[in-house]
Amino acid sequence: MKALLKQREFWLLAVIVAAMWLVSLRSPGFIQPASLANILNDTSILIMLALGQMVVILTRSIDLSMAANLALSGMVVALLNIAFPGLPIPVLVLTAAVFGTLLGAFNGLLVWKLNIPPIVVTLGTLTIYRGMIFVIAGGSWVNAHQMTDAFKALPRGSFGGISLLSWFAILVVGLFYLLMTRTPLGRSFYATGINPTAATYVGIDVGRTRFIAFCVSGMVSGVAGYLWIARYAVAYVDVAGGFELTIIAACVIGGISIAGGIGSVAGAVLGAIFLGVVNNALPVVNISPFWQMAISGLAILLAVIFNARTERKRGRIILKQAEHAA
Amino acid sequence: MSELTSNDTAPRRIPDRLGSPLRARLLSWEMLLLAVAVAIFIANSLASPYFLDAWSLSDLTFNFTEKALIALAMALLIISGEIDLSVASIIALSSTLMGMAVQYGVGTPGLVAIGIGTGLLCGAFNGLLVTRLGLPSIVVTIGTMSLFRGISFIILGDGVYKGYPSSFGFFGQGYVWWVISFELALFLVTAAIYFFVLHKTSFGRRIFAIGNNHVAAQFSGLRVGQIKFVLFCLTGLMSGIAAVLLTSRLGSTRPAIAQGWELEVITMVVLGGVSILGGAGGILGVVIAAFIMGLMTFGLGLLNVPGIVMSIFTGMLLIIVIALPILFRRLRNAKPA
Repeated sequence: MKALLKQREFWLLAVIVAAMWLVSLRSPGFIQPASLANILNDTSILIMLALGQMVVILTRSIDLSMAANLALSGMVVALLNIAFPGLPIPVLVLTAAVFGTLLGAFNGLLVWKLNIPPIVVTLGTLTIYRGMIFVIAGGSWVNAHQMTDAFKALPRGSFGGISLLSWFAILVVGLFYLLMTRTPLGRSFYATGINPTAATYVGIDVGRTRFIAFCVSGMVSGVAGYLWIARYAVAYVDVAGGFELTIIAACVIGGISIAGGIGSVAGAVLGAIFLGVVNNALPVVNISPFWQMAISGLAILLAVIFNARTERKRGRIILKQAEHAA
Repeated sequence: MSELTSNDTAPRRIPDRLGSPLRARLLSWEMLLLAVAVAIFIANSLASPYFLDAWSLSDLTFNFTEKALIALAMALLIISGEIDLSVASIIALSSTLMGMAVQYGVGTPGLVAIGIGTGLLCGAFNGLLVTRLGLPSIVVTIGTMSLFRGISFIILGDGVYKGYPSSFGFFGQGYVWWVISFELALFLVTAAIYFFVLHKTSFGRRIFAIGNNHVAAQFSGLRVGQIKFVLFCLTGLMSGIAAVLLTSRLGSTRPAIAQGWELEVITMVVLGGVSILGGAGGILGVVIAAFIMGLMTFGLGLLNVPGIVMSIFTGMLLIIVIALPILFRRLRNAKPA
């Protein structure tokens, strides 16, 4: 029980539950299953992207190009769908994943082989990927009537009371949980971030691990690109504009340390859900949606202050144990 | 920023001898940038007959002076090892508060004071969070970036503020002498001041010392926190000044004003040769980089290239200009072996 109270994921969950309870006092419909399923559906893409970003941040890097990658991959599959309406949807999802991975790999290569700081690399590729959307689409939009019904149907279908999009997110969360806790690769992401020198000594190729992290975030962005375009049934240059910072916000609120090496799948998911709950709760309690931005800004600041305090405390505790041992 | 580095595992290369001053000067970053600027200038004048005209050259300065003013302070901040992603949001908040003041009949001097004061306060808020609470600046300013622009959205919603007094228009539209606009003159004077402060004063040396090794700087008796706080205030102040210029030039305020500028300002600084890891860089490079970005945007505009395609060029320029010296260094190091 005491260990549970120390976990920041627990506190974040408590904050989310408390917020939902407060909102439900005003409007009981908010915590009905249908409304909860709706929140999950709205947050699904953010959850997936936050997990991809988490892996990158864990290795002491940052990926600012995720939203641009999402928009470009989404545009590519939308154009494929127009050109070859007969292509089965799984092929398109696979194409989006491969294309997104390639864009992520380009970031990763620059970081790994040329040692350019990730923030500079992804700042550059962010603008390049956005510009490429304009070039490949010739500046035009892809609208709902140009997409096939099958293309739009996948994220909207539902199974067992929640949307297929939500099931997709749940599947991705499960995969990430296995990756981060049950595979050597997952552990090497943590090792690379917490102490790159020590990681090198135990035989982890730090540069290569960062490269793989960028491939992972790229793949997630690619798949999310298809899901986003199919869900909103429109593709244009500014799809998910500025979303890269929302993704990072979800990670920071979820307790993932921007200094690398600290963070968990549960944290990233809860951080994303927190933002989703706030977005969905504002109209319910009659607060103008224009408050949303300021509230998420405040949440980021509070989260980072809280995280900094718990991280500092943990450092002291380790020292005490060392003294006892001696 | 040091936590975002990727080369902390690589050994630091220590040169075994110093290059000759002339050769060093010819190979310096500023000379490389200047060559790029001249190349773009020549390409522009060949590509469009309308380019080589005093007034069109004067027009082209308008699309970078406001960003470049912020880039000067941002350069100092990045050299000290911190970063501020909230500058564009500070512009939005300053502009919104100025617009609000107009509704209460505040005159031009009052508006300028409100705009610059808001910027200064926002910068001080960032600085307090980073230096007092010891938080990473990249996260703090991602937070305040949402917070400041969020406050603008709360105040304005999807509305717009207009009706600025006509005398207020001088800052963004006026000319000091012939084709020299007030914005350009202000930028050149400010750049000279920043050059002096960074390269000729002990305050400037302290910024480099902190950026290279903030622990050593602390042990050498430098007030690291205080200096960083001043730099955050300066960045906020410059954003406030940019807000005055931009609002005056546009004559209206919307909450989405200057959206995405933070990335362009940082691109300018990094292109100017300031190390994103801190500790190295100079004002001259940033000034030339500002002109390069202005020349490129304007030249591509004359050729009817859409803005979004220009961003491909900006992004590639950023990556190539940083990657090339690294590749060259690697080739040169590989040769003797």
